[in-house]
Amino acid sequence: MLEVKNMWKSFNKGSEFQIEVFKNFNISFEGGISTAIVGPNGCGKSTLLNLISGSLPMDSGSIRLNGNEISSLPEEKRAIYLGRVHQNPSLGVSPNLTILENLALANKKGESFKLRKLVKKDNIPSFVELLKSLDLGLEDKLHTQVKFLSGGQRQSLSLLMATMKNPDLLLLDEHTAALDPKTSFVVMEKTKELLEKNQITTVMISHNINDALKYSQRIIMMDKGQIVLDKPSKDVSEKELLDIYTAKLVEKITA
Amino acid sequence: MGTLILTSLEQGLIFSVLAMGVIMTYKILDMADLSVEGTFPLGAFVFAKFVIGGLSPLLATGLAFIFGSMAGLITALLFVKLKIRPLLSGILTMTMLYSFNLRLNGKANIPLFKYTSIYGEIQAIIILAFIIITIKLLIDAFLKTEVGYLLIATGDNESLVKSLGKNTNSYKILGLMLSNGLVAMSGALMAQYQGFVDITMGSSIIVIALASIIIGDTVRRNSNKIKLTTRAILGAVSYRLIGGFAIDLGLSPTDLKAVSAIIVIVFISYNNFSKPFLTTVKKKGGKSDARSKKYVEEF
Repeated sequence: MLEVKNMWKSFNKGSEFQIEVFKNFNISFEGGISTAIVGPNGCGKSTLLNLISGSLPMDSGSIRLNGNEISSLPEEKRAIYLGRVHQNPSLGVSPNLTILENLALANKKGESFKLRKLVKKDNIPSFVELLKSLDLGLEDKLHTQVKFLSGGQRQSLSLLMATMKNPDLLLLDEHTAALDPKTSFVVMEKTKELLEKNQITTVMISHNINDALKYSQRIIMMDKGQIVLDKPSKDVSEKELLDIYTAKLVEKITA
Repeated sequence: MGTLILTSLEQGLIFSVLAMGVIMTYKILDMADLSVEGTFPLGAFVFAKFVIGGLSPLLATGLAFIFGSMAGLITALLFVKLKIRPLLSGILTMTMLYSFNLRLNGKANIPLFKYTSIYGEIQAIIILAFIIITIKLLIDAFLKTEVGYLLIATGDNESLVKSLGKNTNSYKILGLMLSNGLVAMSGALMAQYQGFVDITMGSSIIVIALASIIIGDTVRRNSNKIKLTTRAILGAVSYRLIGGFAIDLGLSPTDLKAVSAIIVIVFISYNNFSKPFLTTVKKKGGKSDARSKKYVEEF
């Protein structure tokens, strides 16, 4: 359960280009539910993820994860409770390390790192099991450097690494936007499998309305830092969302 | 000629400690750290200070490592805490060290012939080989530890390290300390080898280090089986041998700086421009090209 309360955020504060993104913004995400956020560029959806993960500081407000206030924690301390998959497939992995080394690192998330050997033979069977669940043949490439994998394979690996330690909250930041339609489909299906299996609370942002509806239980549409729609995904049609999109666009052009 | 090769080999081994230090920043953390220009002579001057003070050469060499890593800490704090760009941080530390090195013994040039060195009565090359292999094995083992992998990941992808719940700054500090410690140690090894310390001995040392690393990189470039440390040692020794032959061909030792810079230019441009050439050759039926295609088709 994540609760964002009374959040304020503006950019370029004090200059003539000041932009108020969030004014007293409130939102909450229930446990085990996957929520998709859609909205036009500049609506604040990426900013929201960045504020939750701590990669951007907020001006004021509170963020509580399972009842604990996390807004005062630095990004890397919050990361212990969060999983995040970025749009760029290279951001979730260490490209120069092998698949095995990447998984071994992800497996130590939140623990203390010591002067002990990182890659332990005992862990390999469980890593192979995990990779098999992806069904991409990655289990035969344990010793391949991740930079040699395709974007889709890298993104699937990122997803695996982000969810390995069952985070309290998973943030999917347009994680299939950089992939071609076919690969994007495969990664979305893998995402769905993983989320259903592990019941992870998820916030996903997407530009693909179709995907957003299909792979979420709750859909939120945002515009100019405000929620303009918040419904269970099954009650919303693609047309309804597109109509709002178009109306907002017309509003913008005529204004 | 025989002594020339031996001398080049010995100096190459000394410079391989320097190169192994610089790979920590240049290769692993992917940053250009110019403080080594100050920490190399720092190691030499610290060694001189303590050996003249009566300490054993072994301990003095160890102290050089500690002083060097302290200098690395200064560079790291300049850019981690004060947000000064890494390149400028290095230059600032290097500049401060210039004054510090002169202060340390009050002189710019100190002869050390009268004092004992770690090389003692045995052939220097045997002692050096032993030291270099020990350092190499230690670094290799370190890079396989949990902390070592975080250091590599920090240079590779900071956001991954953050997502693991770790502060990347700590690993940058660690990398710079280790790097400059090794560089200073290399300076101490050089001081007792040549029998004197001189304030100019650090000038353009970064070019020597980079030349060594870049030469090492060209050895079976696409293989990731060869460890970074092995490459550094191979590179430093080859670099020194090339330099030795250049002198043998009649170049003056003072010309070597230009030669070093030219070596760096030639090898970097070779690495940059030979890739398309090599791939066109491979396309005519090379095995590795087929393998990379497999990865693409996999999806």
